[in-house]
Amino acid sequence: MATPGPHDRTTSNSPTRRSVLRAAAIGAGAVTLPSVLAACASGSGAGGAGGKTVTFGSNWSDPVPKKGIATAIAGFQASSGYTVKTNTVDHNSFQENINRYLQGNPDDVFGWFAGYRMQYFAQKGLLGDISDVWSGFTGMSDAIKAQSTGLDGKQYFVPLYYYPWAVFYRKSVFAQHGYQIPTTWDQYIALAKQMQKDGLVPISFSDKDGWPAMGTFDYINMRLNGYDFHKSLMGGHEDWSDPKVKKVFDTWRELLPFYQQGALGLTWQESAQALQQKKTGMMTLGMFLGQQFGTDVSDLDFFAYPAIDPANGQDAVEAPIDGFLLSRKAKNVTAAKKLLAFLGTAKAENDYLSIDPTELGVNSSVVTTGYSPLQQSGAKLVSTAKSISQFMDRDCRPDFVSTVMIQALQTFLNNPNDVDGLCNSIQRQKTAIYATEG
Amino acid sequence: MTAIAAGPATPKATGAKGPRAAVAPRRVGLHVFLAAVSLLWLAPLLLAVYASLRPYQETAKYGYFSLPHHLSFAYYREAFTQSGMAQHFLNTLLIAVPAVLLTLFFASFVAFCIARVRIRGGFFILILFTAGNLLPPQVMVTPVYELFTRIPLPYWMSDSLTMYDSYWGVIAIHIAFQTGFCVFVMTNFMKALPEELREAAIVDGAGVWTQFWRITLPLCRPALAALATLEFAWIYNDFLWALVLMSSGDKMPVTSALNNLKGQYFQDYNLLAAGSVLVALPTVILFFILQRHFIAGLTLGATKG
Amino acid sequence: MRPKADLEPAVSVGEPTAGAPASAAAPETGRRRPRAARRRIRRLTTRDRLVITVLLGLPLLFTFVLVWATTLASVGLSFTNWDGIGSAKFVGIDNYKELFTNYPPFATAIWHNLLWLGFLALVATPLGLLFAVLLDRKIRFGRFYQSALYLPVVLSLAVIGFISQLIFARDDGILNTLLGTTGPGQHPVDWIGDPHINIWVVLVMAGWRHAGYVMVLYLAGLKGVDPSLKEAAAIDGANARQTFFRVVFPVMRPVNIIVGVITVIEALRAFDIVYAINGGTNGLELLSVLITDNIIGEASRIGFGSAIAVVLLLISVGCIVAYCMTELREEKS
Repeated sequence: MATPGPHDRTTSNSPTRRSVLRAAAIGAGAVTLPSVLAACASGSGAGGAGGKTVTFGSNWSDPVPKKGIATAIAGFQASSGYTVKTNTVDHNSFQENINRYLQGNPDDVFGWFAGYRMQYFAQKGLLGDISDVWSGFTGMSDAIKAQSTGLDGKQYFVPLYYYPWAVFYRKSVFAQHGYQIPTTWDQYIALAKQMQKDGLVPISFSDKDGWPAMGTFDYINMRLNGYDFHKSLMGGHEDWSDPKVKKVFDTWRELLPFYQQGALGLTWQESAQALQQKKTGMMTLGMFLGQQFGTDVSDLDFFAYPAIDPANGQDAVEAPIDGFLLSRKAKNVTAAKKLLAFLGTAKAENDYLSIDPTELGVNSSVVTTGYSPLQQSGAKLVSTAKSISQFMDRDCRPDFVSTVMIQALQTFLNNPNDVDGLCNSIQRQKTAIYATEG
Repeated sequence: MTAIAAGPATPKATGAKGPRAAVAPRRVGLHVFLAAVSLLWLAPLLLAVYASLRPYQETAKYGYFSLPHHLSFAYYREAFTQSGMAQHFLNTLLIAVPAVLLTLFFASFVAFCIARVRIRGGFFILILFTAGNLLPPQVMVTPVYELFTRIPLPYWMSDSLTMYDSYWGVIAIHIAFQTGFCVFVMTNFMKALPEELREAAIVDGAGVWTQFWRITLPLCRPALAALATLEFAWIYNDFLWALVLMSSGDKMPVTSALNNLKGQYFQDYNLLAAGSVLVALPTVILFFILQRHFIAGLTLGATKG
Repeated sequence: MRPKADLEPAVSVGEPTAGAPASAAAPETGRRRPRAARRRIRRLTTRDRLVITVLLGLPLLFTFVLVWATTLASVGLSFTNWDGIGSAKFVGIDNYKELFTNYPPFATAIWHNLLWLGFLALVATPLGLLFAVLLDRKIRFGRFYQSALYLPVVLSLAVIGFISQLIFARDDGILNTLLGTTGPGQHPVDWIGDPHINIWVVLVMAGWRHAGYVMVLYLAGLKGVDPSLKEAAAIDGANARQTFFRVVFPVMRPVNIIVGVITVIEALRAFDIVYAINGGTNGLELLSVLITDNIIGEASRIGFGSAIAVVLLLISVGCIVAYCMTELREEKS
């Protein structure tokens, strides 16, 4: 755990390491070992191999999730006798900073996402292996376990909750016009046309922030080309100029006439508002949409993204999972693993969900009696899914998504007719970025 | 004073357009122009303040450009408590106050050496500082981070035991980066100062320090006041350096408190507006305090009569 | 007239190698310029030299280590494929090739930065000067006007994003409401979402802040202008405009240079407004945003991002050289 710097990953556990390293530090002039010195700083309460304190970096900075996490943590403190020092950083800063955070002075346990976004850091040696913690878990499905596993087959991630993506609508609007839930693409398009006739803007859509459009790409790709192809494309194993990918954009283009105007100037909150005000009919987004609805949330419902190719049906669901990781530099690994073990229990999830009812617990023993109707249908959607994807920005390399795909999807929305040029450009950039692996 | 000085010239200025009686309409025109521009400049802020006084449900329903149904300061209280603003305010002051003071002090002295003592290589030093200021800060982020994680600090200075994740690092980078700009401004300002007072002091045997601290610096009040206002606003509003050089949420400056108000999912813009107004207050207050100094004028021409 | 040469002690305080003690540099200087050295000893006491060494050395050290050394390190990184975590591999000029041939936002960003520079230099800066000139006299409500025009300078990122939405939102923004284009069947202008329009909206917002900033500097600068010069010009029969352009403006040369440099800095460093609005995508690309996307965020393409930074650096160097030339010319005259 004594990691002098990002270039030197050797760890030393010899009993005299303190003096050796101190001498080395003096010799090298400017190298120090914060973790080791912290361990030596007795009385600081900052940790120590056998200490009763564990540090926890939280990106749950919004009031409700923050309180939910605090409740879960309090449960751990009460049952274990450990003290958890929570370091809350606003989610956006935390994300921007993750590389520096993990190499600098990370907390023992920290909040993060499942998917490649987690596997990447595991591969880079910045995460601690918690396979032993996982072996004690009960109530976790194989699908969930797969999402918690690194590319090396070891477990790194403890999931807390997930939130499925689907097509949301207002029940009262559908009842008023007698709309039927579409299960196929043709029905979906027909419904959109009908809404247009009824004076509704069929689909709320927004991509000012660059990421909401990814959900639609993911779904069309999974419905059209299947989950395996999607996963493989996200993993960087497919060619983006493949006709299959071009077909995704071509299919997507059919939806554009039904979108809200000015989508690139709208945040998802604004277009969710249009849905709430019954100006629009449907919206593809995650379940967090409910948070924008206030008291109207009881009128909110969703249906699974319609099938395009019958071979793939509607069997894949996009359901990003949030949870916890152990940092490789953790100072108090024993306590950290105890905390992680606790966070994987149904009790921790119940504690969290008692405060934040807009997410779904991952543990099968989670008490669902308190679930709202929306949560109930969400749980049903995921439990019947054959496979679960995370989200483009979680399944894919972050450098590729944030520097290429955000731009590319916005380019498509501005100029939907040059799919060839766009896909070729994506592929060229992808080749360059993926060439820098390692 | 300048108004009086410019006064006699005014009638002549309008000579081409009209007779001497045009003075009063001209004044009115000036006020109309300034009032219109000020309104244009303030309108967006006033709208933000207006929004911050109204509940989200109301503006969501009727739009921001509508008559109010409810007005209250509830969002201000909520913004202050919910984001932990008190703590973050304190953090920002811990960073900004020493950074601004040291920056101005160092920059003034360097400028003094260049513009007044005229040390050899002064021009080169000036270029070095000025050019340094033209460099984009993002260029330095990675190396500065790598450097700071390797610089040890004792526990009493930083509980992270390194420059990384400590106020010292953020203060240091602000000083390093902002000194360039201030050196540049101060050098140019000092070049324009009359030399007589300092020459008299030199004849009286005053040392460099006395010439600087007692003679030159007081003359720089307008420039220092203007710089202090700007520097404080910049360092205060900075989020880049705090973001990349710190990892503890409870050490983050006040800009981070605003991020706390920007929800991951639900965004209450009116709450955010209230928070923004609160956060902007100290810089505005500082401006009002220092404004007097940089517009008050100086009796610079005194020695020249 | 004062005898200039006698008042200028030719002091040598170490070359810019940060805080080299003056005493160390002294013998060398002595060998080359015995006369100057003798005068220096007379003019500057040991205490003076100590003060200068410490107080000049410290800021120099800061600038060297934290600004220049780190920048040079970044130039080095631009020739690697470092991702911020593992070890770096030297890749020659691959990043640059990539940048110029295979990164669509890059050309747009360069164009936007230049546009930004042009807009600030030709519109916002003159506007700020105008404000300062109008307010640099005792008029009623002068302080109110000054405060109003300065306020945008102190605003933080978050509120700018919100304000942009209040005013420029397509459907319920104030601008479109005032233009009367938000009704049914109308086609409101998409100020923020249309990639051909939004850059101009952002430039207006940038000008909104920049003018107040320039005004503050000129207000301070105008105070340095000797009132007797203006009086003399007035007596000579110059009108206000002539007095300003022929007497006041040239005398303010130092401030003009300051403002010129600041305008360049603001244009090259422009970042926060576009970042607050949409993260600098969809028509709002700027070099600083591309650097941030690649280096600061989760992407961590340090090598590639550094290459963009070096391009920005080269543009800055162009401005630095131009600035040096003017300064040198003045130094000589």
